[in-house]
Amino acid sequence: MSTATEPVTPVAVAPSRGMRLTGWAANYIDERTSASTAVKALGRKIFPDHWSFMLGEVALYSFVVILLSGTFLTFFFDPSMTEVEYEGSYVPLQGIPMSVAYQSSLDISFEVRGGLLMRQVHHWAALLFLAAIGLHMMRVFFTGAFRKPRELNWVIGFLLFVLAMALGFTGYSLPDDLLSGNGLRIIDGMIKAVPLAGAWISYLLFGNEFPGTDIIPRLYVLHILLLPAILVALIGAHMVLLIVNKHTQFAGPGNTNDNVVGAPVMPVFAAKAGGFFFLVFGVIVLIASLFTINPIWNYGPYDPSPVSAGTQPDWYIGFADGALRLIPPGLEIVVFGYTVSFNVLIPLVGLLVFLAAAALYPFLEAWVTGDKREHHIAERPRNNPTRTAIGAAGVTFYSGLWAAASSDLIATHFRLSIEGVIGALQFVTVAGPFIAYFITKRVCLALMRRDREIALHGYESGRIVRLPGGEYIEVHEQLDDYERWKLVSFEEYQPIMIRPDSRGRITARQRMRARLSRWFFEDRISPVTQRELESQRH
Amino acid sequence: MADGHDGTTSGETAGTVVESHASTAPSSGVAVERADRIANPGFRPERLRVTDLDPAKERQAERTVSGLFLLSVAGSVLAVVAYVAFPIVEGEPNSIRLNNLFLGLGITLGLLGIGIGAVHWSKALMHGHELVEERHGTRGSDDTRAKAIEVFQAGNAESGFTRRRLVRNTLIGALVATPIPAIAIFRDLAPAEDPVALLKQTMWKEGVRLARDPSGTPIKASEVTIGSAFHVIPEGLSELESHKLEEKAKAAVLLMRLPLDRLNERDDRKGWSYDGIVAYSKICTHVGCPVALYEQQTHHLLCPCHQSEFDVANHAEVIFGPAARPLPQLPITVDEEGYLVAQSDFAEPVGPSFWERAL
Amino acid sequence: MSKRIETDRTMHSTSPASTRRAGRRHPLAAASLLVVGLLATGGAYALATTSATAETTTASAQLVEEGGKLFAANCATCHGLQAAGTAAGPSLIGVGALAVDFQVGTGRMPAAASGPQAEVKPVQFTQEQIDAMGAWVAELAPGPAVPPERYVSGDGDAALGAQLFRINCAMCHNVAGAGGALTQGKYAPSLAGVDPVHVYGAMATGPQNMPVFNDLNLTPEEKNDIITYLKYLEQNPSVGGFDLGALGPVSEGLFIWIFGLGGLVAVTIWLTAKSN
Repeated sequence: MSTATEPVTPVAVAPSRGMRLTGWAANYIDERTSASTAVKALGRKIFPDHWSFMLGEVALYSFVVILLSGTFLTFFFDPSMTEVEYEGSYVPLQGIPMSVAYQSSLDISFEVRGGLLMRQVHHWAALLFLAAIGLHMMRVFFTGAFRKPRELNWVIGFLLFVLAMALGFTGYSLPDDLLSGNGLRIIDGMIKAVPLAGAWISYLLFGNEFPGTDIIPRLYVLHILLLPAILVALIGAHMVLLIVNKHTQFAGPGNTNDNVVGAPVMPVFAAKAGGFFFLVFGVIVLIASLFTINPIWNYGPYDPSPVSAGTQPDWYIGFADGALRLIPPGLEIVVFGYTVSFNVLIPLVGLLVFLAAAALYPFLEAWVTGDKREHHIAERPRNNPTRTAIGAAGVTFYSGLWAAASSDLIATHFRLSIEGVIGALQFVTVAGPFIAYFITKRVCLALMRRDREIALHGYESGRIVRLPGGEYIEVHEQLDDYERWKLVSFEEYQPIMIRPDSRGRITARQRMRARLSRWFFEDRISPVTQRELESQRH
Repeated sequence: MADGHDGTTSGETAGTVVESHASTAPSSGVAVERADRIANPGFRPERLRVTDLDPAKERQAERTVSGLFLLSVAGSVLAVVAYVAFPIVEGEPNSIRLNNLFLGLGITLGLLGIGIGAVHWSKALMHGHELVEERHGTRGSDDTRAKAIEVFQAGNAESGFTRRRLVRNTLIGALVATPIPAIAIFRDLAPAEDPVALLKQTMWKEGVRLARDPSGTPIKASEVTIGSAFHVIPEGLSELESHKLEEKAKAAVLLMRLPLDRLNERDDRKGWSYDGIVAYSKICTHVGCPVALYEQQTHHLLCPCHQSEFDVANHAEVIFGPAARPLPQLPITVDEEGYLVAQSDFAEPVGPSFWERAL
Repeated sequence: MSKRIETDRTMHSTSPASTRRAGRRHPLAAASLLVVGLLATGGAYALATTSATAETTTASAQLVEEGGKLFAANCATCHGLQAAGTAAGPSLIGVGALAVDFQVGTGRMPAAASGPQAEVKPVQFTQEQIDAMGAWVAELAPGPAVPPERYVSGDGDAALGAQLFRINCAMCHNVAGAGGALTQGKYAPSLAGVDPVHVYGAMATGPQNMPVFNDLNLTPEEKNDIITYLKYLEQNPSVGGFDLGALGPVSEGLFIWIFGLGGLVAVTIWLTAKSN
């Protein structure tokens, strides 16, 4: 094991022409930018190696691909909603009145060489961007990588996720085809359900009654200017905090809370991460050249009367669409003449609460544990059963809603009735999280118990030995210290004891915290201690 | 209560650790600190790679990497060749498919060549040992923090920010007030009309003929046979100079003819149908999708967006799904030429609910 | 008058309709088809009527008789001996030969088990048997008849057809004809590979829960436009590459999670594994 201060010694050679040029250029830049400071500080920064640490990079690189392909698309796209008659090359739309926005999207697909490829790259990359963000968030959550000092970066990451959804939805709407128009129609319906101001917000947003002639240009400005600008700024902040906090690492021999073990930026990490950018880009282009995404020409121009079976949003909005689908009938009341649509407000508010809970979870956990130390070791999910179970419950809830957005396709593809599918998904969404919580917690505890068993007694080698007395036993192979370390080096917490404060009272806040901490840490399994290990050996 | 022999603990542990609030070090909260933790065994001895041991393998890896980079160059060239060799030919949709495919595959090769090459280079050839960097607490050092506090105090003293309370408070007031104009100027995002009034009326009025979508030709009652479903717009919609889609979004109607014995009509709507022909708004009362899936045997309407089901035989009442209200019915009759016409506008606003809907 | 001319023209040439249908026919039956099939279908359809219901079919008594026997043997259990319907099956009075052609010609009838709706199955009868049963049903009361070739040729206006398809069909069958869900386990089937005559038949007769699109709602020419659009979709695969079932965002989302992100996770594992 070497340390950062002990790099491979460069072999001294007489400077070649190329090196002299590099030296001159480096000097030129440094004298004007002080770049050497940054290179010195960052050039040998260490990044730990684990596949799950690359998920954020997938998101980042797909975003770069989105920027590149999106810029190409802006050269050809015209967001106007002026009505024109299509005269392009796609036969089944010739002579059909449509908006300029839809026409220019068709032209990008059918008249511009590589235009369809760029559209498909852009859209596939957007789906990948959000999927990678989702998986990255799950990794951070389940390994507790949001703990101090990274709570703020979790919140920034959460905002990035929300912004990415907003960017995705505004982009989905721009082609002004039947699918995206019906998507906007649903947004309009949801906005109208907002108490007091719903009709007005919709009216102002659409610049008239739905659909109006302003919404596409407005969404376009949001999509290519305002939202990406905020997103880029937040990505910057996300990266800066990543560098300041340094990356987490999994427990491993030699890895401590006070060091980072891995590859230096220059050259190994730079080569891997740089190469990985090209791999992500390449995979997206490969998918885009082989698989159709959003064939807008099938949908036709937006018209408020037609609709297609299987009208769904892109996957990342699916959970919201699913929430709308799962509400039982009749949830609307009229109070003093004013209409309150709980059938829309319950999903709307429910999802906001769900998202807020995800954003604020790190603060809740920090309050419950009262742990103010910095944590740089990523936990194995099993070693924090309650958190993992909460996460599994959240994922189940989200998945139930997400699946509900494709209830009609589930019904047709599995030959079920749509009413049955929706009933089942209502059950999954309401009861599923509790079941998932219970099962996950039990599984985590069982895994911890097994880890303990293995750490103490070794693992079953599969070798059966006959003892002199005739007894058969299976030989247990002991772990070496390095392997065992992974199984025994985790944090253990226990429920808080309620204590009266200085004035001899027990506040409701304290009581609440005690209750939460009991919920979190009531069931737990302690790591094997040195004493236990030694007594086992003798 | 005590630790079980398998390490399982449950319930509140009575005992030593409650919550440690050490003076300087950050609190570890309810974490259990054990004296006899197993110690970190330190780094595992590193394993050497074949390229570290065998110069032949190293040269082979070098050749592979440069081969991959060359492949990337070939891919980029192929992409340009494909751009020219597979032009888009008017009237041949397949040419677009080929252009997309080969241009894309060329670019893919160009990108994956670099990607795989660079990663292979880093894995097989670059210095392979793990390095260690120390972490330091994220917080600034006490010295730095003291300096930062000094900066703030100097700023405060020199400006009098806390001392001159009137100045400070009026500044805060002014800052709070500045965004107000920004909110006000958004009023002109839409014309100076009342959206609520607009939402409560549609193009339908007495005598307007029901016409086919999209041709706009009027429909005779005799043409609507039992089991038929007509997608209807008001006559004259296609000739509108402006707001065509806005009007259509409110006025779209589905026309169906049911056997008379299947049609259940409320007393106050007795005259709204014509010989089993009924007209209902196509715009869902949930969030506004077109409810257009008509089943002619069950007389159910299904919304494809959120699966609300309405029973046409029963005033389009909601029988399943998230919608709360029946679809509004358009009262119809026939004119002297036998064409279906509206008796009036809808009796209630169509489409999704809004706050002022029932006023 | 024109009926006569039409029949003569098709009698002397091998019409595209008969060529197309030859594929589905038992080879031994070929000889009788020219006589039987054309009398039953082409001749009778020459006149486009202006009434919504009356599509009369003239057919030879022999054909009708044969159809009657087939009906009694295969259909009467559910539909009744005089096709007036029973508890197990609806009345077929006035449904016309086209309904028989659609239901039997797609294998939906005879129905197998009772389910939410009759399923497409292997066709049980030869085309001339189907035509015979159609002729018999058409004798009971006038109803839509099998359309002449020019209304199912698929050489109409694809753009108008696409527009009509979106307004009248897409809500159930999906804009790309991939099918969709209805209530209580029923569904609108995929339209890929469906014979144009059956597409026409479905529109004109409204099988099961599908609404009827009579000739005054969608004229025969407009029906042909819709067939033209469906044919265009079939003959021109998606320009963007494989279409993932044309199911829209759901299949795209599943694809990116499983193959896109799944593939990249595999890449990250390779990337972070130590080289041997």
